[in-house]
Amino acid sequence: MKAFALAAMAVVLFVLHQDFWNWKNTTLIFGYIPVGLFYHGCYSALCAVMMVFFVKYAWPHELEEASEKHGN
Amino acid sequence: MGPDYMIPAIVVFCYLAIVVYIGIFAFRKGKDSGEDFFLASRSLGPYVFILSLFGTNMTAFAILGSSGLAYQRGVGVYGLMASASGFVIPMTIFFIGTRLWYLGKRYGHMTQVAYFRDRWECSGIGTVIFALTAAMLVPYLIIGTMGGGTTLESISTMTDENGKPVMEVVMKDGKELTRPVLIPKKGEDGKPVLKDGKPEMIQKTDESGKPVMEKVMQPKHWVPYEVGAAVVAIVVMSYVFFGGMRGTAWVNTFQTLLFLCFGSIAFVLISRKLGGFDQIMNNMLENPRTATLLTRERIPKEEFFSYMFIPLSSIMFPHIAIMCMTAEKITHFKKTVILYPLCIAAIWLPSVYMGVIAAHQFPGLPPGDTDDVIPRMLRENTSVLLSGVLGAGIMACVMASDSQILALCTMFTEDIFAYYGGRKKFGEKATVWTGRAFIVGVTLFSYLIALQLKDKEGIFDLAIRFAFSGFASMAPVMLAALFWKRSTKWGALAATLWVAATMIGVWVLYDMTDKVGLKPAPGQPPIPIFASLGNLFLRTPGNVTMYGFLPVMPMCIGSAIIMFVVSLMTRPPSAATLEKYFPSKIKNTDATPAPASAAVA
Repeated sequence: MKAFALAAMAVVLFVLHQDFWNWKNTTLIFGYIPVGLFYHGCYSALCAVMMVFFVKYAWPHELEEASEKHGN
Repeated sequence: MGPDYMIPAIVVFCYLAIVVYIGIFAFRKGKDSGEDFFLASRSLGPYVFILSLFGTNMTAFAILGSSGLAYQRGVGVYGLMASASGFVIPMTIFFIGTRLWYLGKRYGHMTQVAYFRDRWECSGIGTVIFALTAAMLVPYLIIGTMGGGTTLESISTMTDENGKPVMEVVMKDGKELTRPVLIPKKGEDGKPVLKDGKPEMIQKTDESGKPVMEKVMQPKHWVPYEVGAAVVAIVVMSYVFFGGMRGTAWVNTFQTLLFLCFGSIAFVLISRKLGGFDQIMNNMLENPRTATLLTRERIPKEEFFSYMFIPLSSIMFPHIAIMCMTAEKITHFKKTVILYPLCIAAIWLPSVYMGVIAAHQFPGLPPGDTDDVIPRMLRENTSVLLSGVLGAGIMACVMASDSQILALCTMFTEDIFAYYGGRKKFGEKATVWTGRAFIVGVTLFSYLIALQLKDKEGIFDLAIRFAFSGFASMAPVMLAALFWKRSTKWGALAATLWVAATMIGVWVLYDMTDKVGLKPAPGQPPIPIFASLGNLFLRTPGNVTMYGFLPVMPMCIGSAIIMFVVSLMTRPPSAATLEKYFPSKIKNTDATPAPASAAVA
């Protein structure tokens, strides 16, 4: 279930990257940031949030334990 | 102190002296073993690890190329490259980097090829992968050297007492370069004749009907391109030569901190000098020529989509893969993958934004001149001293070819010299010194090429066409090695040859269309290369595409399919090797390695 949720999250983020609705949008956020740039700045922050979930729920503990076991 | 124009370059030279010292300091801390020189004894702490890994990715391409491209194509460049990287690169570090780290520590691998050789029980095929990887890495080194030369030249333009650039005559083959004088053509009514909305220009002639010639002039620089590139090449070579991975990682950490710090200051100061960005943005919106820069209209949707494949190259770049093996603990990756998208945003958002602002402040720059818009902005909008200090910060990122030089050296020493008996015959110390000799050779080579390519290729184009697409297309090979038990060395060879062949094919098409002039002007629609094939191969102003998609996409998909099909047709490695890399079950004994790939499932 966790793996499915994480994979779904990754797919959603992949799709959100293709924000075709902003292609010709000339709106300026706060009066000086083009909306396309603002959107993708927020998208970067969302990617960081996604990685928090990956680290929390899909961390390769096996590798961590094995490396400790072998004295690494 | 000398004239004002010398200050920025002097500041940069001071900075270069500091990084050389860091390299020498690392040399004193080092040991005479290959693992210490090439991987810093796999002992990097969490903060040095993330900053050096990130700094390794911040190159001339990222800073100069991104702002230059934003100048031409607008804010969409951020989504095109930065946010796509923020999504893909942390994922690849998470899934591939952690496993490379583990396998490197467990079995002593120092390079990707060393892992492939052991994983697929191959020798010659590993050498083929080495050859392709090395060939694709060399352009990256050249970009670093070119970026150094360009930046030093740009920040040291000589000026007179009025602040205007001092001009000099351009020389070619020892002679002064001249060109015909052009004047606007006038109609019968005495008014200029317009063509495509611009005045039509004709050659000016003297009384005898001969064309009048003028000398070609250019701004004079205190540090010419050739000298700047040489200084950067020598400095990078020095600290890599002495400090190895430890020196390179420390310098990268220093560079990243410096850039993040000075980049922020530069952004704030330029903003204040310009009186805020609101007015500039509104002016740009009102001008039809610049309004499209604030949207994504200059980037086709197909191209935007295919750029998602480019960041796959990151983990396949040898310097990134090798850097992943330097962490002391696997837990160091946790902070790295979380902070990575934010670090990218911190660097790229201002770079892209500044590139767009530069289009307003310096309109009409030809594509070849757009890579130095950031130094231009600094010079125009800050004091001379500040421009020098901030220029040094930019130089820091430009000089990221240190990791690539070290990676190439590690690959040559481990995958060729040591693998074919050099270490056994000459010993550990000789192996390290072979690596150092290689560093000198490859630096000299990249410098000579950088001189030859000056003004012939944009930094960005060179990087994308040769290195990024090729490395991205090799990602399926790595994924198959780590996660697909049934993959074989023949599958890897076939995929590697596919990547090499498609890269050559794209280059041939690009070169051919360039020579015959089958190339649309910027803003014009793409031209079919072969009319009978419809839109299969299209020529855009800067690239060859397939149905509008960049070559990296078919290259990557083709590589995955070939890897899959050929592997199924050929015999997998021995049971012992498969048990080594894909244990049938987890046993709680010290003799059994952990499943390198199980954690993903």
